[in-house]
Amino acid sequence: MTDTFKMDEAQPRLLDETRQGVIGTPMDRPEGKLKVSGRAPYAAEIALDGMVHGVLVRATITRGQITAIDETSIHDTPGLLGVFHGEHFVRNPAQGMAAESPEQPGTRIDYHGQPIALVVAKTFEAARDGAHKLKISYKPDDSVDVDPQTASNVVSKDDDAVIIGDVDSAMARADASVDLQFTTPGQVAAAMEPHAAIAQWQGDQLLLHGSLQMLRFNKRELADAVGIDPENVRILSPYIGGGFGSKLGIGAEAVSAALASRALGCPVRVVMARQTVFDAVLRRTETSQRVRFAATKEGKLTAIAHDDTVSNLSDEGFAEPVSTASQFLYGAENMHFLQKVAQIHRTPAGSVRAPGEAVGMLAFEAGLDELAEKLDICPVQLRLNNLPERHPATDQAFSARALAQALREGAQQFGWSERQPTASRREGDWYIGMGMASAARSNMLVPSAARVTLEADRIVVETDMTDIGTGSYAILGQIAAEMLGLPTEKVVVRLGDTDLPGASGSGGSFGASSAGSAVYLAAKKLREELAHSLGCAAEELTLQDGMARGANHEKSFAELLPNPIMAEGAIEGGKTADEYFSAGFGAHFCEVAVHAWTGETRVRRMLGVFGMGRVLNEKTARSQAVGGMIWGVGAALTEELSHDPRTGHIVSRDLANYHVPAHADIPRQMDVVFLEERDDQANPMQTKGIGELGISGAGAAVVNAIHNACGVRIYDFPATPDKVIAGLEALGR
Amino acid sequence: MKTELKVNGQLHTLDHDPRMTLLDALRDDLHLTGTKKGCDHGQCGACTVLLDGRRINACLTLAAMHDGCEITTIEGLGEPENLSALQTAFVSKDGYQCGYCTPGQIMSATGMMDEVRAGDPSHVSTDLSGDVPFDDAEIAERMSGNLCRCSAYPFIREAIAMAAEVKK
Ligand code: FES
Ligand code: FES
Repeated sequence: MTDTFKMDEAQPRLLDETRQGVIGTPMDRPEGKLKVSGRAPYAAEIALDGMVHGVLVRATITRGQITAIDETSIHDTPGLLGVFHGEHFVRNPAQGMAAESPEQPGTRIDYHGQPIALVVAKTFEAARDGAHKLKISYKPDDSVDVDPQTASNVVSKDDDAVIIGDVDSAMARADASVDLQFTTPGQVAAAMEPHAAIAQWQGDQLLLHGSLQMLRFNKRELADAVGIDPENVRILSPYIGGGFGSKLGIGAEAVSAALASRALGCPVRVVMARQTVFDAVLRRTETSQRVRFAATKEGKLTAIAHDDTVSNLSDEGFAEPVSTASQFLYGAENMHFLQKVAQIHRTPAGSVRAPGEAVGMLAFEAGLDELAEKLDICPVQLRLNNLPERHPATDQAFSARALAQALREGAQQFGWSERQPTASRREGDWYIGMGMASAARSNMLVPSAARVTLEADRIVVETDMTDIGTGSYAILGQIAAEMLGLPTEKVVVRLGDTDLPGASGSGGSFGASSAGSAVYLAAKKLREELAHSLGCAAEELTLQDGMARGANHEKSFAELLPNPIMAEGAIEGGKTADEYFSAGFGAHFCEVAVHAWTGETRVRRMLGVFGMGRVLNEKTARSQAVGGMIWGVGAALTEELSHDPRTGHIVSRDLANYHVPAHADIPRQMDVVFLEERDDQANPMQTKGIGELGISGAGAAVVNAIHNACGVRIYDFPATPDKVIAGLEALGR
Repeated sequence: MKTELKVNGQLHTLDHDPRMTLLDALRDDLHLTGTKKGCDHGQCGACTVLLDGRRINACLTLAAMHDGCEITTIEGLGEPENLSALQTAFVSKDGYQCGYCTPGQIMSATGMMDEVRAGDPSHVSTDLSGDVPFDDAEIAERMSGNLCRCSAYPFIREAIAMAAEVKK
């Protein structure tokens, strides 16, 4: 084991002193050539001798009991090897960082689409056919709530509520106020790679090729689910076709593959059909939100309230933290944040990219836009007027907070001063408008470890960290290269293997900072060793292109390192996280065109300005930011889970019915500006996360632009053409 | 049943279940896993390959329907150390993140560029018979069958535009 560094105080900015000059640069992804040539193997693509195929069967009732699974109903399926179900089967994926098995309900059904059995056959075609034909008998339970609006059990989370002052009386006294009701539909991650697993046993050792985001936790989840010691589980997940939260925890594909493989004695592959991914992977909850603001006529907020209702199955602990950012973006003397959770039987809810901010800021930042309109104050100015000194709910000091700068620079670079009064700019049949919103996403440090080995001409970085498209391979290599003074081509980064030191995994935008800090700390130890061998103090050492210099000494690594040296680094959060509140901040600006007759909204250009601490790779960071902004466009305009009102079953359960943005929905001009920033309280690299900051607030900028374009406010997301037309008609346009 | 396919210039004889899609034949029988399965329903474009030179969703067609056909997959376009212009452009423009939609995007763009060169109009073309301009609106429209949930769209289109420049 290794000593763990605790982030108790700000650290020197060593990465501003090192000489290799690769940190922050827009380096191409090192694994890029494999990806563009189709040679990067994802979970389902490992070729194993004797591998057979499993297809999951889903429940066709919403609630009740399985009374029989009639295996004889498919006994004539050619090549059939078995039907697996029973006590180890998991109901849904584990929530992020659960580190234990998700619910194993046995014969109980809790939602329509719940995976209940696995049909295994020699060929995929036969297994699929068997899964379709398998006869299952149920005893359905008639009383079942599937709609949060009418649910009989709604739990008020009073213990977590933040109530300061008296919002009601502040609203009554205010010069201006808004009291608005918003709804957002359920959403899904829809990563392009469906959830997949190949399980293989050697004696009591389970090897799983999976598509998973957090291996350190996944290993324990899988072990617990199948009932073995975590020491006997190894998971490999070097390439992951997108996660966005949907692969945080192990799910039915991994557990059923492991169970079937143990019984059959051969490798078993289970890949979820796209429809199964919709049905049986955690979705983002639908929300209903009440947003209230009160202000003086000068535009000083006197009350901020953001109450919400989300949903989940009663025994799933997760509740989308809708008002997280609302609690710290602006301040007021009177505040109210209360959440309710409706207990319903739909596909359970969990983390999808930026849980909380992604939907909370849609309503919150749109509400603030409406207040600005009432006050007749520029929305940018209204935000600038109300930046709090300290976190209004916890009274922590802010660490680095670039919100004011992002608002000002964004307005300037976007040409915000060209914005016209509501519904006054028209080009032919199109109304044109501009909108904006703040961006915010809280930042975390999660325990992480990594091992770095330095040879004369090579660095090897090893950790069980994952790269889900975020750029881990690139940035971990850059950190090591920068710290140890070799070109990035000389770094080998090994990820996605539970045999390697355990990292945070990918989630909550904390991966780069957490796993990166572990690599940084390991490399820092190696620097100390090099300094010692060279005969200088660590502070005097400079490393560049394989040369070590310090205190008038100069030696090549070849001379200094007769043998490779190795160190492990480990980090966890400390006192800075108590004293300081760290978050990424930014501002979104958007220009849309709204068609006067069809109600169609076209995003014409967007700009995001972000302060996210030190940028580790300008290219991959930009991709993350733009990706997030495009998710914001999807949330604003097209994405919507629809449920059968009788059963709660998801009816928009494929990519033709659930509309993620496509090329034609997105303009070429999606600009991003990163502000120069160091967050000294965040971690020793002064970095923050970017993967979720881009989505947080982006969709609000889109609907605020729709209002500026044509005067229509959307309270029921997404802003589909039918709703925009109805709004235009109501306005008599 | 048996089907003969010429894939990336090499002749293969498959002995397969008649229900096997072309996509599964490529991925599972020939171990050409560069072609991806995102939906198995013609909704995402991850499985795009060239069939006798034209782009097609390999999940929407059965292997048995293509006896004697020529197929090009991402593996046939270039190798890691010998990439096509389009593949190189995707790397340098960061036209991907997770990389799962990427082979489909690249195969689709390869086919699409030939369609533009041949003057095939699209929904956004203003002139149905003249030359098709190779601008961003045309690329966006023609590439809209290829979803990218990482949402690398602006960079994918930059990469395509860059590769088109190289080809000129
Ligand atoms: S896998 Fe063929 S279109 Fe999605
Ligand atoms: S790169 Fe991940 S889906 Fe396109």
